[in-house]
Amino acid sequence: MKHVLSRALIFVLSSLAILPVLAASEDTVDAYQLNLRKGVTDISGEVYDLHMLMFIICVVIAVIVFGAMFYSILFHRKSRGVKPANFHESVKVEIAWTIIPFIILIFMAIPATNTLIAMEDTESADVTVLVTGSQWKWHYKYMDNDVSFYSILATQPEQIQNKFEKGQNYLLEVDRPLVIPTGKKVRFLVTSDDVIHSWWVPDFAVKKDANPGFINEAWTKVNTPGIYRGQCAELCGKDHGFMPVVVIAKEPAEYDAWIAKQEDIQRKAKEEEQKLLAMNMTMDELMTTGEKVYLSACAACHMPNGEGLPGVFPPLKGSQMVKHDMQAHIDIVVNGKSGTAMQAFGKQLSLKELAAVITYERNAWGNSTGETVQAKDVNALMNGQ
Amino acid sequence: MSTVTHDTQHDAHHHGAPTGIKRWLFTTNHKDIGTLYLWFAFIMFLVGGAMAMVIRAELFQPGLQIVEPDFFNQMTTVHGLIMVFGAVMPAFTGLANWLVPMMIGAPDMALPRMNNWSFWILPFAFIILLSSLFVEGGGPAFGWTFYAPLSTTYSSDSTALFVFSVHIMGASSIMGAINVIVTIFNMRAPGMTWMKMPLFVWTWLITAFLLIAVMPVLAGAVTMVLTDKYFGTSFFDAAGGGDPVLFQHIFWFFGHPEVYIMILPAFGIISQIVPTFSRKKLFGYASMVYATASIALLSFIVWAHHMFTVGMPLAAELFFMMATMLISVPTGVKVFNWVATMWRGALTFEVPMLFALAFIVLFTIGGLSGLMLAITPVDFQYHDTYFVVAHFHYVLVTGAVFSIMAAVYYWLPKWTGKMFDVTLAKWHFWCSLISVNVLFFPMHFIGLAGMPRRIPDYALQFADFNKWISIGGFAFGLSQLIFLWLLIKACRKEGEAVSPQVWEGAEGLEWELPSPAPYHTFETPPVIK
Repeated sequence: MKHVLSRALIFVLSSLAILPVLAASEDTVDAYQLNLRKGVTDISGEVYDLHMLMFIICVVIAVIVFGAMFYSILFHRKSRGVKPANFHESVKVEIAWTIIPFIILIFMAIPATNTLIAMEDTESADVTVLVTGSQWKWHYKYMDNDVSFYSILATQPEQIQNKFEKGQNYLLEVDRPLVIPTGKKVRFLVTSDDVIHSWWVPDFAVKKDANPGFINEAWTKVNTPGIYRGQCAELCGKDHGFMPVVVIAKEPAEYDAWIAKQEDIQRKAKEEEQKLLAMNMTMDELMTTGEKVYLSACAACHMPNGEGLPGVFPPLKGSQMVKHDMQAHIDIVVNGKSGTAMQAFGKQLSLKELAAVITYERNAWGNSTGETVQAKDVNALMNGQ
Repeated sequence: MSTVTHDTQHDAHHHGAPTGIKRWLFTTNHKDIGTLYLWFAFIMFLVGGAMAMVIRAELFQPGLQIVEPDFFNQMTTVHGLIMVFGAVMPAFTGLANWLVPMMIGAPDMALPRMNNWSFWILPFAFIILLSSLFVEGGGPAFGWTFYAPLSTTYSSDSTALFVFSVHIMGASSIMGAINVIVTIFNMRAPGMTWMKMPLFVWTWLITAFLLIAVMPVLAGAVTMVLTDKYFGTSFFDAAGGGDPVLFQHIFWFFGHPEVYIMILPAFGIISQIVPTFSRKKLFGYASMVYATASIALLSFIVWAHHMFTVGMPLAAELFFMMATMLISVPTGVKVFNWVATMWRGALTFEVPMLFALAFIVLFTIGGLSGLMLAITPVDFQYHDTYFVVAHFHYVLVTGAVFSIMAAVYYWLPKWTGKMFDVTLAKWHFWCSLISVNVLFFPMHFIGLAGMPRRIPDYALQFADFNKWISIGGFAFGLSQLIFLWLLIKACRKEGEAVSPQVWEGAEGLEWELPSPAPYHTFETPPVIK
């Protein structure tokens, strides 16, 4: 019995003694990172300090309470022949241990309130970005520039299925990261197109839920340039674990150059699109592009083999609409279907991509309608013709 | 009193306990129903535990190996629902059935037929829930918190089954709670005044009021989910004038008191066990009662701390932060009182006491991490990470579940009349204690390092800790098989006969009854000095 107890004592005491040591270890990203990150903004630093303050207070309380308890366990045991005392109340002691914790709480609440007030002050931002979550990607729209794009997981499916070796930033890499300037107040307007998501970058201490139909606000002011990675934090369905957030913070001059270039690229892409309306693409071209688009935009739900998930996501393979009703097919891809998880892809994909993916769906997996859908067909439907 | 007359007639018809399956199907005996509840809870604990094993097997290493993400989400959802509504709550109701009448000197629960009904609808609720896993489209995959619109527009068709089963669970809980309240108010033996009641009875009385207050709110929430999904209402859909955040307010208005529903009876159990093995009266009995009542009242004004990141006005965030911090005061009082009870006692360390001591230490760790989570600006970092998972498993597994195990070991000899296998029990305790900490302690670290909860796959930096956590999980799961073996042996009445008092320091009406407690007890009320 005694042996067993002393083992328990050693176990608990050693885990207590380890705590502060663990907490003090450096905050680099490694396999044994134990503590919160200090981050790269003034706010995230304050949050870290607050976390450490709370942690130390909790450890001190724990050491005192468990210390008293283990003292009793060691010295007030029957096997030592002690006679139990008779006391069972003391108004003074009971008032003391009600009042003292209350004072400690006030001591904690003051810095917490100050930090919270600073975090919620989204006034006078230099740059504003609209962040929109949808199943399972992020969309960024710069409110002061004509730039917007989707940001999708870039990790290959083969890595997830353990066929390829996993890269260093496995599940934390995207095709197009959000770019923001350092040293400027960046305001995020956060919303969603479908379910609730949560946009989280630990290094900024920013986590804000994306609620469909409502807009939340958050802000950050990054001190150091770099690449910062986070993830969706609110369960948002099947691929909740596969919608990372990547933010690149650049020096203001570099940022200005980048945003100007993006404006230019996006304007040119639109011009290109207009030209495309007058041209016809070949079946091969459409199928090649279509497969790529399908795998990145559609396969998460309808599955790479077009069979969907029975009862959750309908199959495209052998679907009546896909095989026979081209107008309805274009319509559902462009406008989505309200009341279901089917998104409106009209604003996510270019005309060329829409034409290609619809053609692909109408000809892959033995659907073989032999029909092509051209950019101008899609455009006609979008303009209500 | 009509109850007394009824019982006399009852006994005139039946001599001794009926036998066979009918005994259990038609029983109105509080002890039989208590046993049914406890076995049901234990089976559900193993079923929910098996789902946890699936979760931990998938998370053993990065990448997708065992299950698809959609099934993974079904596992986390149903694991949560089963452990909350199928394991912890029925186990406490089972303990209340067995113990409340014996502790207050009553012959049975006040409403014995409703007692039978409230138990026997439970298996149907869980058959419906579990069968939903096998329908096309799979079971509920939106988390046990079923946030809209993931649970409405975007859920599979099994949602109707989920809603129906939650309704049945809620009805069962409400009936159980009514029974406890009516029994305690009307059936205390002469001289059993309010401030003489054992703390287990007090904490259950307060819990029962919480249940009656919030289970209808949960019923309302699931009903709104049902009509939003199938009947075209827009409670939680902005496009129709609703608000998805409204769902979270309603859910957590139920959900926070629900947390205390699962811990207040545990406080009661620990307050029974610690004095017995300290051979000293409970320190601060009155302040224990007041602290329990304050925790229950405060539980109604802190709900939004579960949803700080949802986007609330600053004033609301400050209010909910401060109200939440306040809860640590009465909770602290309880822990201090237990330590003061042990102080200068004459301690021995039988198995119930070992579990009680583990409860005090580990529940306090969970309580302290709860205090950290209350601080809104830091909660923005903790929210929806494994830090939260660590926190609520410390209070629910090493808190609520350990207290239930302590209670079973404490009262089992009274129920069977035989001492359980102490060697097995010690194996069960030490294996559980070590593995549960390997399982949940590193979750604090990966949570702080940034691993979100409810993900089937994770970044490589979390790989090592997840491996340890999974190993701890499997070990904890296997340790419960020792408990199963011990319970089977106990039910087969193996072991040495015990005295009525069983434990040297035990005090209270139930310890004055013979061991095993006869089928009918206190048919004439005892007189309390």
